[in-house]
Amino acid sequence: MSGNTIIEAKGLELWYGDNHALKGVSLEIPENRITALIGPSGCGKSTFLKTLNRMNDLVPGVRIEGQLLYNGEDIYGPDVDVTRLRKQIGMVFQKANPFPMSIYDNIAYGPRTHGVRSRAKLDDIVERSLRDAAIWDEVKDRLNKSALGLSGGQQQRLCIARALAVEPDVLLMDESTSALDPISTGKIEELALELKNRYTVVMVTHNMQQAVRVSDMTAFFLLGELVEFGDTERLFSHPRDKRTEDYITGRFG
Amino acid sequence: MNEAILSKEAGAKVKTAAKTAKNKKSGARGALEFTMKALFLICGLVAVGFVLIISVYLIVSGIPAIREVGLLEFLGGTDWDPANRSGDPSFGILPMILTSIYGTAGAIVIGVPIGFLMAVFLSKVAPRRLAAVIREVVDLLAGIPSVVYGLVGMIVLLPAIRDLFGLPAGDSLLAAVFVLAIMILPSIISVSETALDAVPREYEEASLALGATELETYFRVSAPAAKSGIAASVVLGVGRAIGEAMAILMVAGNVANMPSLLSSVKFLTTAIAGEMGYADGLHRQALFSIGLVLFLFIMLINAALNLFLKRSKEGQA
Repeated sequence: MSGNTIIEAKGLELWYGDNHALKGVSLEIPENRITALIGPSGCGKSTFLKTLNRMNDLVPGVRIEGQLLYNGEDIYGPDVDVTRLRKQIGMVFQKANPFPMSIYDNIAYGPRTHGVRSRAKLDDIVERSLRDAAIWDEVKDRLNKSALGLSGGQQQRLCIARALAVEPDVLLMDESTSALDPISTGKIEELALELKNRYTVVMVTHNMQQAVRVSDMTAFFLLGELVEFGDTERLFSHPRDKRTEDYITGRFG
Repeated sequence: MNEAILSKEAGAKVKTAAKTAKNKKSGARGALEFTMKALFLICGLVAVGFVLIISVYLIVSGIPAIREVGLLEFLGGTDWDPANRSGDPSFGILPMILTSIYGTAGAIVIGVPIGFLMAVFLSKVAPRRLAAVIREVVDLLAGIPSVVYGLVGMIVLLPAIRDLFGLPAGDSLLAAVFVLAIMILPSIISVSETALDAVPREYEEASLALGATELETYFRVSAPAAKSGIAASVVLGVGRAIGEAMAILMVAGNVANMPSLLSSVKFLTTAIAGEMGYADGLHRQALFSIGLVLFLFIMLINAALNLFLKRSKEGQA
């Protein structure tokens, strides 16, 4: 069932100072699928996610070796335009982080940054992004109100809309439902399933039921290593590695 | 059985005794506590008392001259010639009010952009060690006595302005504006930097993850999020500039002309500092009135400052 590979890691190594956080990770992330990254805290899954849009560049003392290809091009190549890369690979964070601005300006921020000035065009992008993130009906009458007045779940969907507004190909979700109640979580999971028709989604999750519910592929990380990667259904029903089995049956983590 | 009851009673007695002793001890400590609290209260009241006394004193001693000259004539008159012995003194302080306002505005126009960019640099861009060094230097700048600013301005700035514009002397509003701009830098830098530091990192990460560059992020996300604190730094700078006397006394020329950039001017503050030594009679009283006007300006500025600081706190909560 796996489609074209959009992101491919080959022997990826990462150090934070002396801390060897990723050890020879190799995997292929298929296009238009949801790939879940699971594993106990500190296993490297979030670190791996953040290498994909080079957000790890912001951490002082970080060092990366190995290859990470996006559509065949090295993400860490010398002439990669990081701002363009981040436009193509969007990100939604663990904690909803709308800017302290109006809902409209939150969504319009990305397009404006990338040079869209026309009001009509921005109006169009704002509406489309909010519709795509399934929050348009809840906010259409208050676009000029502060985004900080929304509930936690709404804020997170707003952040998804904000990420979609720059028309990315890939959406990274870093435990994006972990701070939300079950109903909001359900809405975002539904949304993710909807989004995979047009985007590739890579999500870090602590919640194994969530990985089972929404993802097509699952990668299990432990202590910086990729232990097992495969079809979600297969990985959870017939784990090939003893450590995967121990983790998914709740024996540790 | 009996014995047990007895010993229990004895035990209770001992306990009571111990309790009394404890109470006594806590009584002594309580007294100390009370005295210290009273002392703190008195110290606090002293500060409040001084503000009250100064306010009352300024109002009481500032009003007679205004009454004699007439409020409109005093605030709106363009001629300040208080020591005219030929019998026709005039007491218009409009030139000085305008000079103080223009001088402060000029200092803000020059000082705020520099101070703000410096704060962005220190808070977001500069390597940590370099930022620490610069911060030390900025603190030092804040600690330099204003008379030294005046001295340097006199020796460096005045000849430069004189030569650049071909004037007979460099003493001018322009010189005062430059000196004030440098003097308000430290407060603008440190208050703006504190505000920028308080911007949650999550906002900046969100912006970077959308493909904004770091500079775009600082100017379009961090600075707007810190705007109340930055506004507070500007108001603080205004307060500093409008209240400064010594440094500008040495570079402004001290002639009560209607202000223009290259002419000698007299500020509200420098009028008081410069003339009190020889003034008497109505002239002396008029200087107190100038003090009152200045005081009202500062009260207004402080009210604005408190408003911005409060908003800045609420914005972060």
